[in-house]
Amino acid sequence: MIMPSCSLLHLADEDDDRVFEMGDYEGPIARWCSGCGDHSVLTAAQRLMADKQLKPETTVFVSGIGCSSRFPHYMNTYGFHGIHGRALPVATGVKLSRPELDVFAVMGDGDCVSIGAGHWIHATRYNLDMVALLLDNNIYGLTKKQTSPTTPQGYKSNTQPRGSYLPPMNPLEATLGVTNASFVAQTAEWIPAHLFATLKAAYEHRGLAFVRVLQRCPHFMPDLFTDAVKTPDMIEILDHPEGIRAAGIEKIYKNTTRHDPADLNRARELAEDMSAIRLGLFFRDESRPRYEETRALQKRTAREKMDLLNEDFDRYAV
Amino acid sequence: MKLETAGASALAEKEVSVHTVSDISVEVVSDSGEGAQKCGTIFGSVSAKMGNGVWTVEIIPAEVEPPPRNPAGASGIRIRLGDKEVTNWGDESNVIVAFNEQALLGRHDLNALADDAVILLENMWATHPDPAVRKEWEDAMERLSHRSYRIIEVPMEEQCLTVVDNARKGKNMFALGLLTWLFDRDLERTKEQIAFAFRTKKPIITENNIKLLELGYSWAEENLDVRYVVPGMAAAGPMVVMNGNEAIALGAVAAGLDLAAMYPITPATSVSHKLGEIFEKYGGVLHQAEDEIAAAGVAIGASYAGKCTFTITSGPGMALKTEFLGLAVMTEIPLVLVNVQRGGPSTGLPTKVEQSDLLAATYGQPGDAPHVVMAPATIGECFDIMTTARRIAEALRTVVIVLSDANLATGVAPFPRPELSPEWQAGPPDQRPIPAGAKPYDWDPETGLSRRFIPGQAGGEHTLTGLAHDERSKVAYDSDTVQRSMTMRSRKLAVFQSTLLPPEINGDPEGGDLLIVGWGSTKGAIEEAVGRARKEGLSVSSTHLTFLSPLQPGLKEIFGRFEKVMTVEINYSDIVGDPYITPENRRYGQLAMMLRAQTLVDVDCWTRVLGEPLRPGKILQAIRQHMPGGEA
Repeated sequence: MIMPSCSLLHLADEDDDRVFEMGDYEGPIARWCSGCGDHSVLTAAQRLMADKQLKPETTVFVSGIGCSSRFPHYMNTYGFHGIHGRALPVATGVKLSRPELDVFAVMGDGDCVSIGAGHWIHATRYNLDMVALLLDNNIYGLTKKQTSPTTPQGYKSNTQPRGSYLPPMNPLEATLGVTNASFVAQTAEWIPAHLFATLKAAYEHRGLAFVRVLQRCPHFMPDLFTDAVKTPDMIEILDHPEGIRAAGIEKIYKNTTRHDPADLNRARELAEDMSAIRLGLFFRDESRPRYEETRALQKRTAREKMDLLNEDFDRYAV
Repeated sequence: MKLETAGASALAEKEVSVHTVSDISVEVVSDSGEGAQKCGTIFGSVSAKMGNGVWTVEIIPAEVEPPPRNPAGASGIRIRLGDKEVTNWGDESNVIVAFNEQALLGRHDLNALADDAVILLENMWATHPDPAVRKEWEDAMERLSHRSYRIIEVPMEEQCLTVVDNARKGKNMFALGLLTWLFDRDLERTKEQIAFAFRTKKPIITENNIKLLELGYSWAEENLDVRYVVPGMAAAGPMVVMNGNEAIALGAVAAGLDLAAMYPITPATSVSHKLGEIFEKYGGVLHQAEDEIAAAGVAIGASYAGKCTFTITSGPGMALKTEFLGLAVMTEIPLVLVNVQRGGPSTGLPTKVEQSDLLAATYGQPGDAPHVVMAPATIGECFDIMTTARRIAEALRTVVIVLSDANLATGVAPFPRPELSPEWQAGPPDQRPIPAGAKPYDWDPETGLSRRFIPGQAGGEHTLTGLAHDERSKVAYDSDTVQRSMTMRSRKLAVFQSTLLPPEINGDPEGGDLLIVGWGSTKGAIEEAVGRARKEGLSVSSTHLTFLSPLQPGLKEIFGRFEKVMTVEINYSDIVGDPYITPENRRYGQLAMMLRAQTLVDVDCWTRVLGEPLRPGKILQAIRQHMPGGEA
């Protein structure tokens, strides 16, 4: 058999008859605080994998550093718990070299919006076919209550004890401003049906699906969404046949706005307007170029490469 | 100085003196954009094809377009020719073609010109309409007159205008014609080389360039009275000629690396230029990341996914990648990082050589991050080292840092054409199916080695982490695990060192008065200096280290054979006797520091940071001064 050079062997079988239950994707018991929004996202991810029958060995969760970045440890898949802010470059390397793998990048607000903000902008532009989750609780939790870029103005933390000085950064607005953005959605951890529907749409999207998950931190940001949880009308659901529709939530979440996710200008307006908490699909465009496709190249055998290399050496021959 | 207006004294019956030399350096200097490098490169290639040893190095100003006629903006190329292999750029230049007197002054100021240099100088400036220019010319001639240069005025502009409208775009080929006659180069081969060099341009360019070449040749034939013969060697086998960065790029392909992640940084970027040109046809991806950190992250992510990858940078970029290097060591992901060193610290001297990243490469990562550091010493080794580095990285599951430098990056020299092996293209080692219950860090307690699991392999699911972890990759802060895992990662270096050979001795392996120790691109200059010193009767030898971490074995025993050991490096060290500097507080050269710590031998050092490669003549002086019992 003539193999392409640098081949990988014994990879997952294309057709196997295994059937996966949600429990098959569960790793060890998650050690997040009780009431932490990360738990809901973990459950939704496991539900998504079972729904899509994703193979544990061909799924990679990549994270940075922070409470939410412990995420891969609690999944029974391949996982990469890397360094602070750098989940997206690692995920880019994985997906670029192995497009057949299902790749999820899990980041906190410190990871994505602060120390790794440069990567966030560029990953949005690269538009690799993977899911980028921003688990945004508006505070640094693991290091115990420091201001994050998304911390509400005036909120007191250990690093800004007299209150955060500046208006918070708006990650949706920023992502929608990046050339080649192809999928931008927002959901909330306390509405599991919407969270699941959003993850599912993100997974199904061909391109980089950026999902901001609004989260509570019971320890360091306990009151952030208390009112929103109690008062469903504070939530405005973006509704459209082409958008994200979570079955069963319409009785509770009656405040809806019709928004066509193909309308980028309207998406930007909705993202910028902070008068309501909007959940749903802001924007989707599957026609945007994906980096891994633009870089897909013909594989060469070792012998072919040696022949080509000899030709290149001929040009330097004395 | 002797100033001659050769053009005015075209001698019909001139006598031509022919000098047969075994070693001579030629320079072409100009303003930036006048093509001096192209001229020198073609001249060097033709010389290599005619059997000469050749080393060419570009003289590059920091700016793309510095102001014209400015000594600091001198742009050009040095070509050193020999009747045997040439391993370095040499000392001073003997024959210079200068397009203006200010560029020439720039080289004069750097003591780059031999006292008896023959200089062919464009003379249009002497009669320039602008009195300021004429004044500059006169002042320059006055300053140059204190040396015994022989300056021959050449009407380059006037001659070139007979062929082209813009002489700025033609002087370089006229100069090539001068050199072709002076060194009796094969005119037909030179024409072929011109055609090759301009193959992507319109045919008229090649035609005009050949006309200019012939014009320069016949002008020299009519007007010059000196010629040089550098005997050629019979080629031992097929040779190729390229610079070190091109060799790294081809070496990466030969090594089976199929993803290179980088961010532009001088002087590393030309590796990426080469890969950008050729990599895709091999199925290789050159990924220009958004920054240095992301480049490391992409390479690590791809390597984790089973691809053979590397990242390439220079010192400031390596600093940015530091945290990722620690992660790769901690998670045992194979990674090759090539650092083409430049002068530092900070932005430093982007286009100039230094060997100042050794300690940063070896010890620069926070925490204890044992990994391999190695350095090519020749342009040929730049090719070989990529395959070696990849294999070490995979076998040890760790980071391998390759330290090249600006001297190798831009130096061009022939080396034996490598015989390629398809085996270098093999995939990562040990890809057997993963048995049930296998652990992702199943460290062999003796060696610390373990196999790596690659995503896609069933049964290998685990989450790797930069946190302290046990064999199952579970986060573990307990004392036993922390101590054990550190031991296992470190043990790999000792295991690797046990496979290395002691370095060879150039000179007398039995021992002697002085042993010079070097690493990286200085090898050629050091060995030339040692050879000259031995001819003077000095008992001096040298050795050159390829592996810096772990150090090659046997060093202490080798050092014991010599009365004194001294490193020669292109990095900073204090000089004892300077204000405040004592033997106790002296900061040593970087390799010296490592050798002193590792061997407890009182290793001395002679290091200089001159923004240029070390000249063998200067190393020779240092040897004379630092012989045991000598003046220093």
